[in-house]
Amino acid sequence: MKIDCLLAGVGGQGTVLASKIIAQTAMSKQVFARSSETIGMAQRGGSVVSHVRIGSRDCSPAIPNGMADLIIGFEPAEAVRNIGILKPAGKLIINTNPVIPVTASLGGASYHVEDILKYLKNSAHEAIFVDGQKLVAAAGTAKALNVIMLGVAIKKGLLPFSREDILKTIADKLPSKFVALNSKALEVGYNFADYK
Amino acid sequence: MKTELLMGNEAIALGAIRAGVNVVCGYPGTPSTEVLETIAKRRDSDIYVEWSVNEKVAMEVAAGASYTGARALVTMKQVGLNVASDPLMSLAYIGVKGGMVVLVADDPGPISSQTEQDTRHFARFAHLPVFDPSTPEEAYTMIGEAFDLSEKYGTPVIFRPTTQVCHACASVEIDDKRYVNKIEGFVKDSKWVIFPKLSYQNHLKINALEEKISKDFAKSSYNQITGSGSKGVVASGISYTFVKEALLGAAAKVKVLKLATPHPFPDELALEFLEGLDEVLVAEELDPVIEENLLRLCGKAGLKVKITGKLTGDMPVAGKHSYEVVAAALEKTLGLQSAIAVSPGEAPPLPVRPPVLCAGCPHRASFYSVKQALKQTKYKAVFTGDIGCYTLGNAQPLDMVDTCLCMGAGITIAQGLKIAEPNSKHIAFIGDSTFFHTGIPGIINAVYNENDITVIILDNSTTAMTGHQPHPGTGKTMMGNITEKISIEKVLKGCNVGYVVKANPLKLAEAVNAVAKAVDYKGVSAVIFESPCIALFKGSDIQEVKENCVGCQTCICELGCPAMSIQGGKVTIDQNLCNGCKLCVQVCPVQAIGGHEA
Repeated sequence: MKIDCLLAGVGGQGTVLASKIIAQTAMSKQVFARSSETIGMAQRGGSVVSHVRIGSRDCSPAIPNGMADLIIGFEPAEAVRNIGILKPAGKLIINTNPVIPVTASLGGASYHVEDILKYLKNSAHEAIFVDGQKLVAAAGTAKALNVIMLGVAIKKGLLPFSREDILKTIADKLPSKFVALNSKALEVGYNFADYK
Repeated sequence: MKTELLMGNEAIALGAIRAGVNVVCGYPGTPSTEVLETIAKRRDSDIYVEWSVNEKVAMEVAAGASYTGARALVTMKQVGLNVASDPLMSLAYIGVKGGMVVLVADDPGPISSQTEQDTRHFARFAHLPVFDPSTPEEAYTMIGEAFDLSEKYGTPVIFRPTTQVCHACASVEIDDKRYVNKIEGFVKDSKWVIFPKLSYQNHLKINALEEKISKDFAKSSYNQITGSGSKGVVASGISYTFVKEALLGAAAKVKVLKLATPHPFPDELALEFLEGLDEVLVAEELDPVIEENLLRLCGKAGLKVKITGKLTGDMPVAGKHSYEVVAAALEKTLGLQSAIAVSPGEAPPLPVRPPVLCAGCPHRASFYSVKQALKQTKYKAVFTGDIGCYTLGNAQPLDMVDTCLCMGAGITIAQGLKIAEPNSKHIAFIGDSTFFHTGIPGIINAVYNENDITVIILDNSTTAMTGHQPHPGTGKTMMGNITEKISIEKVLKGCNVGYVVKANPLKLAEAVNAVAKAVDYKGVSAVIFESPCIALFKGSDIQEVKENCVGCQTCICELGCPAMSIQGGKVTIDQNLCNGCKLCVQVCPVQAIGGHEA
């Protein structure tokens, strides 16, 4: 089992927790895991990425360009920012709902989400679009987008784990008050039907 | 033995516990903070942990503990060592008894720092040994080695990870055993009192010790020579992992020296490595410390080996290393092709996404009220900032940070500005934790020297930027004890600040009035803006834009709150981000923003 997965989003979207769940699940299957996160000033609403590398002790903690098997994009523009890291045969799961930075409204660069989504569709071997807003409503909390995205990845066979594996990590590693919420979010992602 | 997913800093923390650390002090700073936090979380009850008020204090508390035979750890970021350099330089001469490790995390990039300084220079400057781990799993055991070395030679030892090691996670095998360190107690001896004569003698001693430790380091299991050939690579820290990965697929023969102990430089090992080589590339983040040592060795031993790296322009002199940086240098200098070229098509324009103050952050309200108050007075004003989340007050549209230098410097820079530019108003912003760190001497200096500045204290009841650590004003210690809060107001009054007022920044009219009066006061004045960090106290009164919005965009243009954006030509408030601070309600000229019930 060797998988390199990048999670890209905006500070506050929960990329760190999602990457920890992936790495912990690999470890529960006795597979070596590395990851690295953005921590510090950039967390305040800035661009954040998490790298998760499973199955190799000899790798560095950050995925080299053109080496990622999978990108989970929590936000369209952030996925584009990191697209160079994807393998030519790599896959992409993308939340289609943009987080529009206030700087765009203040007259900075504008945000054309349709162009960005079109670009993403053409950039990956397979691009799965997820209407995060709709699924978040089904899960009952906006905080669970991260685990919903994991549910989609599992269903699509893009991570080498079963739904039960992830549920076990959620139950074992998260504070008890968050277990029910995240388990439900995983189900919502898992049961998601394709959005074209 | 069990395996855990640990961040580098967590691995260092558990490694220190395993090594029998007794006393741990530090001041928060990215990327070092999680070391002390993890020890506090995972410690046995006999380990003492504190957030000290600043790094100098932390270093001295740790030194005192070490004088008794306790094993002591002090943690900080690289710029923190500047604050603690006074005790460190002298401590190198005086020495320690119990193992004392000075953990200093460097921040190439920088990701969250004022400088890209290299603590390995400090090690050389202070004549102290330094360890440089490459991975979390290596750091876990290496910190124990650092304690042992410190105790063996009675010298403080620096442990220097960098951001990409501190914040990387890995599967780490954890030992259940813990070394038990017996504390003998302080034994009176003239050796603990620094005097010129003693300093001269100890200067000779520490130079001799460097030679001894250089020989020890030449045999350290953390330094390794692998591979063979006429071309070589020396790599340290995170750069070693990039070299290792880049060479995985390379067919060419290369000799690699992994170097984890940059000072005192292990000459004997390096000479063994250089034997038979024509050319060597050095992969190290920050400054060319290893590279210069290799050049020194080649000169000393008369070796004809070409050393490439930063000094030859083959490695970048600034910024963090990545696989791409290292692989490109390997290809260029040694002809090793390993980088995978991928060129995605040209991307559509992307919005910039700089870090911003959170939605509902009380600092936004504080900055805005000072801005409004100064507009009313028509004075020319300079706003000196400081280190913390509130440095983000520099961004548009607030634009309220004209200077930022280092911890505590806002208050003192304002004084210098006032002396040389007396006709302007000079307003200094400082956070609560920074106030206790190095703000107070500046306040005393201003009062004593009859300066005329206004200090705005942004008291959000926490050290927010680094992840919400307690400080003297919070009434909580890192051991979980409840202590008496140290009142910023009383400290200011005790320092004879002539005008001190507290205000709630989220009540705009009250806040503007408080600032206007303070600025008018001749002499040192202070406004303490009290409102907790939104990460600690979630607001409930979420706001939305109502139908009578005229689309003037005053709210967005004045405040720049990240919960607000223009979607389909209309101002909208993201219901998940809004924290109910209601600053926008007070700014809206047509009362078009309100709560759900309103």
